[in-house]
Amino acid sequence: MTGEEIVLAVSRIEERAKPREKCAMPAVTVPVESLAVFMRAIHDDPALSFDMLCTHTAVDWLGENRFELLYVLCSLKHGHYLTVSTSVPRDKPEVSSVSSIWRIAEWQEREVYDLMGVLYSGHPDLRRMFLEDDWNGFPLRKDYKDDFMLELPE
Amino acid sequence: MTIRPITLADRIAAGQKVESLLSTQEYFVNMGPQHPSTHGVLRLLVRLDGETVREVIPVVGYVHRGIEKMGEYLTYRKFIHLSDRLDYLSAITNNWVVAMAVEKAAGIEINDRIQTIRTLCAELQRIQSHQLWWGVFGMDLGAFTAFLYGFRDREVVTDIFEETTGARLTMNYIQPGGVMFDIHPDFVKNVKKFLAYFKPKLEEYETLVSGNVIVQARLRGVGILSPGAAVSIGTTGPVLRASGVAHDLRKSEAYGVYGKVQFDIPVGVKGDCWDRYWVRIEEMRQSIRIIEQLIDSIPEGKHMTIKPTAKIKLPEGLYYNQMETARGILGALIVSDGGEKPYRIHLRSPNFNNLWSVTAMAPGLRIADLVAILSSIDVVVPDIDR
Amino acid sequence: MTNAIGTTLWQVKTLADRTTGAMPDSPWLAIGYILLGVVAVGALVAGLGLVLIYAERKIAAHFQCRLGPMRVGWHGIFQTVADTLKLLLKEDVIPERADKLLHLMAPFLSLLATVMVLVVIPYSPVLQIADVNIGVLYVSAVGGFGILGILVAGWSSNNKWSMLGAMRAGAQIISYEISVTIALLTVVLFAGTLQLSQIVLSQAEGWWIWRAHGIGLVAFLIFLIASVAEINRTPFDIAEGESELTGGFHTEYSGMRFAFFFLSEFVNMFVAAAVTATLFLGGWMPFHIGSFQAFNSIMDLIPPAIWFAGKTGFLIFVIMWFRWTFPRMRVDQLMKLEWKILLPIGLVNLAAASIAVLFNLYFFPRH
Repeated sequence: MTGEEIVLAVSRIEERAKPREKCAMPAVTVPVESLAVFMRAIHDDPALSFDMLCTHTAVDWLGENRFELLYVLCSLKHGHYLTVSTSVPRDKPEVSSVSSIWRIAEWQEREVYDLMGVLYSGHPDLRRMFLEDDWNGFPLRKDYKDDFMLELPE
Repeated sequence: MTIRPITLADRIAAGQKVESLLSTQEYFVNMGPQHPSTHGVLRLLVRLDGETVREVIPVVGYVHRGIEKMGEYLTYRKFIHLSDRLDYLSAITNNWVVAMAVEKAAGIEINDRIQTIRTLCAELQRIQSHQLWWGVFGMDLGAFTAFLYGFRDREVVTDIFEETTGARLTMNYIQPGGVMFDIHPDFVKNVKKFLAYFKPKLEEYETLVSGNVIVQARLRGVGILSPGAAVSIGTTGPVLRASGVAHDLRKSEAYGVYGKVQFDIPVGVKGDCWDRYWVRIEEMRQSIRIIEQLIDSIPEGKHMTIKPTAKIKLPEGLYYNQMETARGILGALIVSDGGEKPYRIHLRSPNFNNLWSVTAMAPGLRIADLVAILSSIDVVVPDIDR
Repeated sequence: MTNAIGTTLWQVKTLADRTTGAMPDSPWLAIGYILLGVVAVGALVAGLGLVLIYAERKIAAHFQCRLGPMRVGWHGIFQTVADTLKLLLKEDVIPERADKLLHLMAPFLSLLATVMVLVVIPYSPVLQIADVNIGVLYVSAVGGFGILGILVAGWSSNNKWSMLGAMRAGAQIISYEISVTIALLTVVLFAGTLQLSQIVLSQAEGWWIWRAHGIGLVAFLIFLIASVAEINRTPFDIAEGESELTGGFHTEYSGMRFAFFFLSEFVNMFVAAAVTATLFLGGWMPFHIGSFQAFNSIMDLIPPAIWFAGKTGFLIFVIMWFRWTFPRMRVDQLMKLEWKILLPIGLVNLAAASIAVLFNLYFFPRH
């Protein structure tokens, strides 16, 4: 399926899905409440069949006070890709986990929790991945500061 | 509803078996972070019942250097130097992933000579990486001699790289817009000499290690990863192909000059350690085939299409590029705000997914099998931790 | 002096014989002989350590297409001396919660077993310290004592990896002892005696490896494989499986006491090779073929001690060759090899040997 067909098929599944602008590959934005259902649908749908979660990460838009969660999906059966984007507010970053759909999401989400502080509901094992359990703060956030950081001279 | 994160101690407790009158006592054993066969600084908490593994909990983060955070302060050309340090055994391919992402986004054109050189270097790197894997694999199984043979052959490729790029491990060779230096005048001659030297050696190793009955007994039927689990865990590279899924970006996306050469993709049948071993040996053969087709006809041209000091600015937006390294699919996801430095750069690491497949394969097997499985997955830990 | 078939008739005279001979007349001479025996064993152990460790490193190096020790002395022959000095000067670390007494005792238990077997091996007609008339039984019983050292080391280290290594070693050694003993018994049946020097003398017309026809060859192979398993060498070195268990049972040992474990492994290797050579390859008996007098006399010109050294040296080389070629077997595959393959073959072999001896089914006549 070409990029436009995918976006079309996806918006039939979820009406509130909009194409994400300024993206070189097919990408849609969905609201966070419908994320779990949406992901399950595009995983199971035979024409789309997104069976592999290539990667999951988050972008900290400090100016807009939101985290943008990105899921890059791939279909090995059909050979097409889709990027799903959703936004959560920075002060209450909660989203439902997709670890029941793709097993790797369990650990991808742990990484995003560790570095960005996004909380996943329904996650079987939500703990830090790279940093120690008692670390304070989430390093990849744009406003992260700690005692060891070096500031670039202006 | 509040979402409460847990600690490692909670996780360990959650896996404990309920004690019954006839149960044996399980115990935790720590493999690593310093251990001869955890390929890097990796800690595996193994819950054992006698010699049988019940659960494997990998603990990573010992080599976490914050490469993604550092990337936000560096220009794209400088970030190439960090990309080497991910999976350092595939350094040149890592460079290529980031360079190609930048080129596609910024619209930089490159010529055929550059593509051919990049493809040649990537295939040589693949052979070199698999040589090291083979040596370490033998060592983990107990055949220590294989380690020294593998490294002896790897030295030949390392010398070729050193001549052209100046470095043995972290090459920083492939830049956005081309390659950093033109290939050394002796490059073609040395590569041909290497191919002539290595091809009979590969057959020798087949007899020495692959045909050995003890190796077969240790590997066949051990650590089976079903195709469904492999795709769900997102494994890529030889691990995925050994499980029977024929997915190789060199064929499906045909970047570089892969579209112009003939080669096959080895695909396994059962997904056990033997298949993973065999797929990598076959990949070495196919890489030799690709190099043979390209080495004699490197097109003429410049080795860099943009000036080395030109500023590279990516237009605002989200970009993603993937490529097949020796271990799997490495992806570079760049979010740019229009400037010289990325707003967010994320690297999709193949070893991240491949390592977690251990938790699916190991339960029910023995410690010796765990070592064989870990070795057959071929993990390089800095790639996981970034 | 030649015997009926023209070979030299050797008189076996052990140090123990000399001691008992000297006892009634001059007890001081007897004590002197005893001291000589003690010193000889000590020197042999030290010498073996020196030579074998250097040999292992050089052989390993050449198998791996590299040179090995080259700097300390001419082609590195003083390397072992340098290593011993280093180990002597190292700090002896005992884990805090280890069982101290057992931890200190374990290396010595290991070494004790090997040294006690060294005493009865016939190195040449005149170079033997004691010749007990239950020689083979003594070797089997005392040699099995070595497992105690490993188990005690693993237990006392207070380390899960050591425990695992020790348990594996215990299971392995106890299992393979059975195959060793059965192969041993085959030779005893043919030779008709348990005494080691008599077994050597019984091979005057040809070594048991071929003189006992196929049975001898099969028994030799079983004995060799089971002996390599007994001494924890690759492919059977799961007890110290470096890449799995870090150090196995000797993880927590450092300095001289680690050196004792190391030394006992090499002396064990010598003992296994020596006993194999004695039982199957004729010990110090030269290479004789039946009644070819001329050939046998030529073979006798080479001193018996050289024959013994040559045979043992060759077997040691083969055992080292195994180590640097084969990968390690998994513990259940190891057990399967013993219980399902070596043991049945060994039992059938023993039965065949009994029939051959009982009904005199020989090609070469027995004198």
